[in-house]
Amino acid sequence: MDAPPTPSDASPPRETHTRDSRTGDSLSRRSLLRTGGLLAGAALTPSLLGAVAQDTVPTAAPLPDPTRTPGAPSDSLGTRSPFENPRLTPVGVTGGSSWTPHHLLHGTITPADLHFQRHHNGIPAIDPARHTVTIHGLVERPLEFTLEELKRFPSVTRTCFIECSGNGGRAWNNPKPEMSPQVVDGLTSNSEWTGVAVSTLLRAVGAKPNGTWVLAEGGDAAVMTRSVPTSKMLDDALLVYAQNGEALRPANGYPVRLLLPGWEGNMCVKWLRRLEVMDQPAMTREETSKYTDPLPGGRARQFSFVMDVKSLITSPSYPGTLPGRGWHAIRGLAWSGRGPITRVDVSTDGGRTWHAATLPNGAPPLAHTRFEYLWQWDGTPARLLSRAVDQTGAVQPTADEFRRVRGDAPGYHYTAVRAWDVAADGTVTFGGG
Amino acid sequence: MRHASAAARAVAVAGLLFGSAMPACTDSTPEAAPADPTYGLGHAPAPAALAAIDIDVDPTGRGLPVGSGSVTSGAVVYAAQCASCHGARGEGIAPSPALVGRTPDVGYDFSKGERAPRTIGNYWPYATTVFDYVRRAMPLSSPGSLTASETYGVVAWLLHQNGIIDSTAVMDATSLPAVTMPARRIFVPDDRTGGPAFR
Repeated sequence: MDAPPTPSDASPPRETHTRDSRTGDSLSRRSLLRTGGLLAGAALTPSLLGAVAQDTVPTAAPLPDPTRTPGAPSDSLGTRSPFENPRLTPVGVTGGSSWTPHHLLHGTITPADLHFQRHHNGIPAIDPARHTVTIHGLVERPLEFTLEELKRFPSVTRTCFIECSGNGGRAWNNPKPEMSPQVVDGLTSNSEWTGVAVSTLLRAVGAKPNGTWVLAEGGDAAVMTRSVPTSKMLDDALLVYAQNGEALRPANGYPVRLLLPGWEGNMCVKWLRRLEVMDQPAMTREETSKYTDPLPGGRARQFSFVMDVKSLITSPSYPGTLPGRGWHAIRGLAWSGRGPITRVDVSTDGGRTWHAATLPNGAPPLAHTRFEYLWQWDGTPARLLSRAVDQTGAVQPTADEFRRVRGDAPGYHYTAVRAWDVAADGTVTFGGG
Repeated sequence: MRHASAAARAVAVAGLLFGSAMPACTDSTPEAAPADPTYGLGHAPAPAALAAIDIDVDPTGRGLPVGSGSVTSGAVVYAAQCASCHGARGEGIAPSPALVGRTPDVGYDFSKGERAPRTIGNYWPYATTVFDYVRRAMPLSSPGSLTASETYGVVAWLLHQNGIIDSTAVMDATSLPAVTMPARRIFVPDDRTGGPAFR
C-alpha cells in the first residue's frame, strides 16, 4: 500500500466502558478525560469541571438535573457533546492517511471533519481568492476559472462515497484482533458533494474529439496528477467546492477537488488547479508505479479505476462489547463503484448460514448504504460476517477466493468478506478477512 | 412575464385589482442554456502563467524542457538532494522507498505475500515518469526546486544505478523518451467488468 508506516497498526487498547441506562451511550473514563479540554472551553459550571477532574472511577459522576438548571447559552459554532469524541487516527502525518471512525458513526453521511484524509505531502494552505482552475490542451479555447466563476455555473449535488483504493490493506496484510472498523476500513467516507459537472466545463472550453484523456493536477506540494478517461469526465465527474452543505475542508481539497463517483479516491484529485485534455494518458507516477495491482503470474493490472463491491460490519465490532445476550442490531455499510447495492447478507456462524439484512435507508448508487440485521445472541461465541452484492451481480468474495484471484498482497482493492468474533463474555475482536 | 400560465395571470390580475404588493409571478420554465457554452465565464490564461503550471511530461517526451544531465552530474545532485532520505545508493530508508534494484526480477509476482521492493528498475514502465515525478514532487522538503538539468541528471543517475543506461549516458528531451524500461511489459489493462465472476 502506498502509505508509509503509521504510528500504530492497531486501535487504542480497549477502554473500560459503562453504559448510561437512559441513553444507551457508552462512556469511558478515558474519553471523559480526553474531553476535559472541550469542557474547559465550554460554558460549563465549575462543579461539572470538578466532577470530571475528580473522575477516578469508570463511572461518570452524575450531571445536575438538566430540567432544574438553565442550560448553556447559544454558541457561534455547534460542538459535539463532551460525551462524544469521535476522532480520525492517526494524526500528525504529512505523507500518509487518517481514517474515519466508522464504529462511532450512524446513518450514511460521514461528518466532514471525520472524512478520511490521504495526502502525499501535507495539506496545503490555499487562498480561494487566488486559486484558479485552468482547462487547456486539446480544446478550442483554453480557459482559467476563478472559484467564484465555477460557482456561477449550473450546480450539481449528489451523495457518494470516496474510497482510497488501499483501503483494507493493513487489515488484510497484518490482521490483529485489536483492529476497529476504523483501522480495518477507515479509508472510505460518504458525503453530499456540490459542484459543477466537468462535462459543462469541457463544453465551455470546447474539448476536441481526439481528447480521450484528461490529466487532473492538484496544487499541493505533491502536485498530484492522475489521467482520467474523458468518457468518465463526461459521464458523471464533478468539480466540487462543497461537502455536506459547506465549503470543502482543507484536508479534503479546499477550495475545489475532482470527484469521480465510484472510482478510486486517489483519482479524485484535491486542491485541483489544472485539467489538460490529452490524446493519451500521461502515465504519471501514481497510475504506473503506485496505484496498479500486481496479479499472480507477474503481471500488474493498470487503470483499475472502479471500486469493487464491499461491505463492513461497524457494530458489533472492536473495541465494543455486547452487554449481554438478547437482541442486538448487526449494522454496517456496503458500497460499490458499479452501481447500487442490491443485497447484503449477514452470517453469525462464520458463513455456514446467511440471512438477508435490511437496507433501511435504501441503496443510492455509488454511495454508502446502511444495512442492518437484528440478531438474538444466545451468549455463545459467534463469528459475524457480511457479504454485499451490487447491481451487476458482483458478490463480495471470501478471503480464500480473493487470495486465489488477486494473490496474497495485491496492494489495492481489498474487498474480501471480513469477520468479527464475539466471545462468550461479549468482547468483540477483528477476525480477519 | 413570459410563459405565464392562466392561473398565474389570474393571480397577477387579482393583485393589480386589489392593489396589493403581490410578488412577481413564478416562471416555471427553465432558462434555456446560453448559446455561449462558456456562460461568459473564465478568461484565457496568460501564456506565462500557463507555462508555469503546465509541467507534465508524457511517454512521448512531450513536455520535456530544454536542458541535459549526465550520470556523473546527477550523482552530485542525488548525493546533495536525495540521499538523506533514499540512501546513498538509492536503497531506501523507511519510510522513503527504495529507488534502485532489479531484484526481485522484472516479472516477479509482487502479489505474493513478501513485501518485495518495487523500484524504478523493476516496476516503473516509463523513464519519462521519473522525470515528471522528480520535477513536480521532489525533494519532499522543497518540491519543484531542482533545475531542468539537475532533474535530468538525477534521472540519469537513477537509471544507471538500475542498470538501464550506461555510465556515459546523457539524458535530455531526445534521449530520455528513447529509454526502454524493463517493467514496460508487465502492465495489463483492467479486465474487471463487474458481474458474478470475481476477477
